[in-house]
Amino acid sequence: MSAVIQNVIDGIAVGSIYAALALALVLIFRSTGIVNFAQGEMAMVSTFLAWGLATSGVPLALALLITLAVSFVAGMVIERVLMRPVEGGETLTLVIVTLGLFIFLNSLAGWIWGFGTRAMPSAFPDSAVQVAGVRVSLESVGITAVVLGTVGLLFLLFQRTKIGLAMRAAAVNPESSRLVGVSVGRMLMLGWGLAAVLGALAGVLVAPQLFLDVNLMGGVLIYSFAAAALGGFDSPLGAVVGGWIIGVTENLAGTYVDFIGSDLKILVPLTIILAVLLVRPSGLFGSAEVARA
Amino acid sequence: MIKGRGRVAFDGEDIAGRPSEWIVRRGVAHVPEGRGTFAPLTVDENLRLGAYVRKNVKDVKADLAGAYERFPALAERKTQPAGSLSGGEQQMLAVARALMLRPRLLLLDEPSLGLAPRVTGEVFEVLRTISAEEGTTLLVVEQNANLVLRFADHAHVLETGRLVLSGNAEKMRADPSVQRSYLGR
Repeated sequence: MSAVIQNVIDGIAVGSIYAALALALVLIFRSTGIVNFAQGEMAMVSTFLAWGLATSGVPLALALLITLAVSFVAGMVIERVLMRPVEGGETLTLVIVTLGLFIFLNSLAGWIWGFGTRAMPSAFPDSAVQVAGVRVSLESVGITAVVLGTVGLLFLLFQRTKIGLAMRAAAVNPESSRLVGVSVGRMLMLGWGLAAVLGALAGVLVAPQLFLDVNLMGGVLIYSFAAAALGGFDSPLGAVVGGWIIGVTENLAGTYVDFIGSDLKILVPLTIILAVLLVRPSGLFGSAEVARA
Repeated sequence: MIKGRGRVAFDGEDIAGRPSEWIVRRGVAHVPEGRGTFAPLTVDENLRLGAYVRKNVKDVKADLAGAYERFPALAERKTQPAGSLSGGEQQMLAVARALMLRPRLLLLDEPSLGLAPRVTGEVFEVLRTISAEEGTTLLVVEQNANLVLRFADHAHVLETGRLVLSGNAEKMRADPSVQRSYLGR
């Protein structure tokens, strides 16, 4: 029994990472109506930056803070420079731009840092505590706490501040937002900046558990897609709950379903994506119609 | 695109081609055709967005309370999503939101669109009070000439983009040729 609980806790931790990246996807989907396929690669580059800083002697905590700040600015620059010219165009055009960005960032990272694997240091101590007979790793607890804290801050930003209200307004009705004086472009930039921060967070949290290389986020992105699809692509709450469900399911299936093991784990999110699309395309918490006028 | 001529000026300043935010900051509020409310956001959030460019938090708070006093129906629905309101209530919300700017000029595009005649009357009553009490200038684009001529001071009649008549609304209403052509009498 305790092994099951352990698996669930680890599942929630890894699910929190999926949730962070899924939240980034949802944030951009809500304001632009597209899925940013480059979100994972943006996160990968951020993670390399953190690794580069940390290995060149910058204290890890400071390196992480710098990374988050740089990611925020980089996300805004990407919106302003790459997305703005095609904003409001065909959905396909926007999606192709994000795919181009995906390939560009992947190659750029390979060119700068090479295609080998590196070890990313973890921000959390490599030990575990014993709670009621269950071994809980501090890393799992730390990851979950960091993501929950971030989600809490985002909630406060969107629900309690004027700028958050303006961002929501710009996402649901850009035309009316302009009529009350909201600069929709600036809100889009902010959204991309925040999404980049969430992605960077997912990257630096997941990298210590995997190997850091240019394909770091490929798998994570698929799990996060599944999380966002399951939760509903326009629902932040759905992204978090979806992330946890995917993380726990993946962990339990990998451990207890013999033929899946660790090799076929990737089947879990793909199956869930397929099932959601068939049974409930709007996801658990999504609004039934998310088409933009 | 049809090429335009002339200029659009507000208070002596050329405003054509300026970003909307810039025009809003100069005190021009706009209630678009179809009301343009933020459907998933609450009534309260819609109203607060109306005052987005204003800096004085205390004044905005007072105006918010004032808006609920003027529109009791909105006060009852404060925390409901704007999309759940009836057409008339949404039009009231759109007007209330525009007033949250404390505009010097309030533009309304087809405020009667899709509303029952009784509700339309209520909306125009509210507009009349606003203009009388706050001294706000209203520019109303309206197809329902019968209705709008009863409320307006000045009227301009446009026909396929051309100005054909201009003048005192009262006199225009009494003019037999206007009555025949536009008022259906």
